[in-house]
Amino acid sequence: MAKKPAAKKPSDSAAKTAAPSEDPDFILHSLQEEFEAAKSFDASDEQMLEFYRQMLLIRRFEEKAGQLYGLGLIGGFCHLYIGQEAVAIGLQSALDNDKDSVITGYRDHGHMLAYGLDPKVIMAELTGREAGISKGKGGSMHMFSTEHKFYGGHGIVGAQVALGGGLALAHQYRDDGGICLAYFGDGAANQGQVYETFNMAALWNLPIVFVVEDNQYAMGTSTKRSSAETRFYRRGTSFRIPGMEVDGMNVLEVRAAAEVAFKHVREGKGPVLMECNTYRYRGHSMSDPAKYRTREEVQEQRDHHDPIERLKATLVGAGHGEDQLKQIDKDIRKRVAEAADFAESSPEPGPDELYTDVLVERY
Amino acid sequence: MAIELKMPALSPTMEEGTLAKWLKSEGDAIEPGDIIAEIETDKATMEFEAIDEGTLAKIVIDEGTENVAVGTVIAMLAGEGEDAGDVAEAEPHETPVKSDDKGRVDDVPGEGKDEGRDEPGGVSGPTEAPRVEDPAIPEGTSFTQISVREALRDAMAEEMRADDRVFVMGEEVAEYEGAYKVTQGLLDEFGPKRVIDTPITEYGFAGIGTGAAMGGLRPIVEFMTFNFAMQAIDHIVNSAAKTNYMSGGQMRCPVVFRGPNGAASRVGAQHSQNYGPWYASVPGLIVIAPYDSADAKGLLKAAIRTEDPVVFLENELVYGRSFDVPDLDDHVLPIGKARIVREGKDATIVSYSIGVGLALEAAETLAEEGIDAEVIDLRTLRPLDRQTVLESLAKTNRLVIAEEGWPTCSIASEIVAICMEDGFDDLDAPVLRVCNEDVPLPYAANLEKLAIIDAPRIVEAVKKVCYV
Repeated sequence: MAKKPAAKKPSDSAAKTAAPSEDPDFILHSLQEEFEAAKSFDASDEQMLEFYRQMLLIRRFEEKAGQLYGLGLIGGFCHLYIGQEAVAIGLQSALDNDKDSVITGYRDHGHMLAYGLDPKVIMAELTGREAGISKGKGGSMHMFSTEHKFYGGHGIVGAQVALGGGLALAHQYRDDGGICLAYFGDGAANQGQVYETFNMAALWNLPIVFVVEDNQYAMGTSTKRSSAETRFYRRGTSFRIPGMEVDGMNVLEVRAAAEVAFKHVREGKGPVLMECNTYRYRGHSMSDPAKYRTREEVQEQRDHHDPIERLKATLVGAGHGEDQLKQIDKDIRKRVAEAADFAESSPEPGPDELYTDVLVERY
Repeated sequence: MAIELKMPALSPTMEEGTLAKWLKSEGDAIEPGDIIAEIETDKATMEFEAIDEGTLAKIVIDEGTENVAVGTVIAMLAGEGEDAGDVAEAEPHETPVKSDDKGRVDDVPGEGKDEGRDEPGGVSGPTEAPRVEDPAIPEGTSFTQISVREALRDAMAEEMRADDRVFVMGEEVAEYEGAYKVTQGLLDEFGPKRVIDTPITEYGFAGIGTGAAMGGLRPIVEFMTFNFAMQAIDHIVNSAAKTNYMSGGQMRCPVVFRGPNGAASRVGAQHSQNYGPWYASVPGLIVIAPYDSADAKGLLKAAIRTEDPVVFLENELVYGRSFDVPDLDDHVLPIGKARIVREGKDATIVSYSIGVGLALEAAETLAEEGIDAEVIDLRTLRPLDRQTVLESLAKTNRLVIAEEGWPTCSIASEIVAICMEDGFDDLDAPVLRVCNEDVPLPYAANLEKLAIIDAPRIVEAVKKVCYV
């Protein structure tokens, strides 16, 4: 994304010429250098199609969620992931789902869909129905799938970062080979507990990848109005956490960065801080008129940086016909429409659910 | 099939709005994501985006129309392969949004009139657990006098031996062996992997402890004092207490937050506060505040074992006091059960934590004056053992609560409410609260003494309810 002034690349630094053993800051820029050397993931044809399907599913799901919100079927807060699809898909496609854990904030629909979870149970949670993944008791911001090691879905900005540190501690404690992927936004990046967690994660060498999904606005405040350092990948430096700066609108680039970061963490070398620059097309939540930015700015992102259109162009270039891609879209629309019907027609939780799940045990 | 575009609700409270402007005209091709209209609400102007692909066949509501109800069809979209002209001539359904032509019942969120379920039933409260008693101590069991500090350490050590998921983290818990020496010897026995010194970073390590519990471990998070846990209260309340509920019972959080609570001695206002009422007000938490060594040990072991998050409130001034603890291999007590520590027939004194010692002292004084007071140690503040309190009230008909803490919105207030609601007919006198004075705790020795409850004040209150 061309949104920030050209930065001095790590590779420009004098340190680059020094041998790793003589460069005390080698660790801080080495991952970025490795990533820069091969920035685009060499995806197979089937992988690319799968990325396309998954991103499109998130896009269509979120559009439908916006529509259901408009019809009053989804209440409260509803934060859509439209525009940011490449981040969750690029990263989560590189996870080992038998071992690794994921945690995120309240903009969580996309991260759940990336697991291949049934859109029906997610949409039914949004509409507050018994069939929802949290029995309708969590809502849009509070969804979990412990079966898939997806730990939410947290509504307090930044809380998921410390919790993610705990998940990483559990991986290390059990020596189960897993890593934790902890997402947060550019807004959460200014919360103090994020840095408390960076400190302990680096101190204890925890297996965690911190991902800043920088969608440029913390609710209505642009990063340059809220952050003294908007290049968030640098914010781990004082904790000696290596940083990576990634185009979050390019799924193949995100996946390539994920490979580098996950390998580093899996080798027991401690945490990584990855900044994915992305853009949300919609408001912060459904009730946000988004008057803090121009329509042209949004349109520019849609026209020139859209992660789905970009991958589509690559697929077409690789010989996939428009018809084939259109059929994929059609199938996904049908799936999403079915999910919406299910979410609309499923019953709300029974009144007897009011007092269940408050505590696990009886006293 | 023709697609009806309906007036959207742009916020949960919006009922109608103004169709300010059409940005597309009839006959225009529409792509998903195109902004087709601007809608004004009382708060803002919002853009209306197309979800579907097609041709804008007919504009039903002209721009500039005010008070357009949410759900009104504002335009018709012809889908792929449809003739825009045919669609334009079709009449939109004049139906409200939330019902459709399949004859469904109105589906109003929150009103429970869903398809597939009969009329909503009533709400039943939480199910009462069967009443449990403290396990009987076998005849012939010997007792050893140990300090509360040692009892807590023994509880942790025994549970750590029994379950390798249990570990301790906090400031100065390992090499320093605890700021109040509660974790003495644990590092030696269990090593640094299971006894973890943290930096001074309460919010951060409370979050990490909570996350580790979500990830399947059984952390004991020590706060040097609960005053510092205010930095971390978000994780205790929002992350630990609510997650099981919000996840529909999927995500457990078996963490114990423990440390000294309440006033210590001459440490000033910021280091002297009782958080019992704060945590006890939160559904999803277990709150335990023991007094003596046997309860401290038996309840901490239970706290570590339970699947629910526990706030375990100790007291610095009690750490050094010694009490009998039964010499049993596994001394575990039930959570949620109060204990009658002194039987009496004339009046009941309800207390917990350090207040129990003062209540017993007061009972001795009262006995000399011919008043036989019963003393109840609540032990668990949430869930509160209402039954034991009410049974005692039914016996004595007079009740006083002694609480080392502020009076407003206190555990004492809660006990008063319970007596009013469920024990009114048993009351021969108003229930009285004996609490700390309603001020930040002063430093000066004389003022501090004035601010904190003592046995004479409890004696005075009991006499008052006995009308002597």
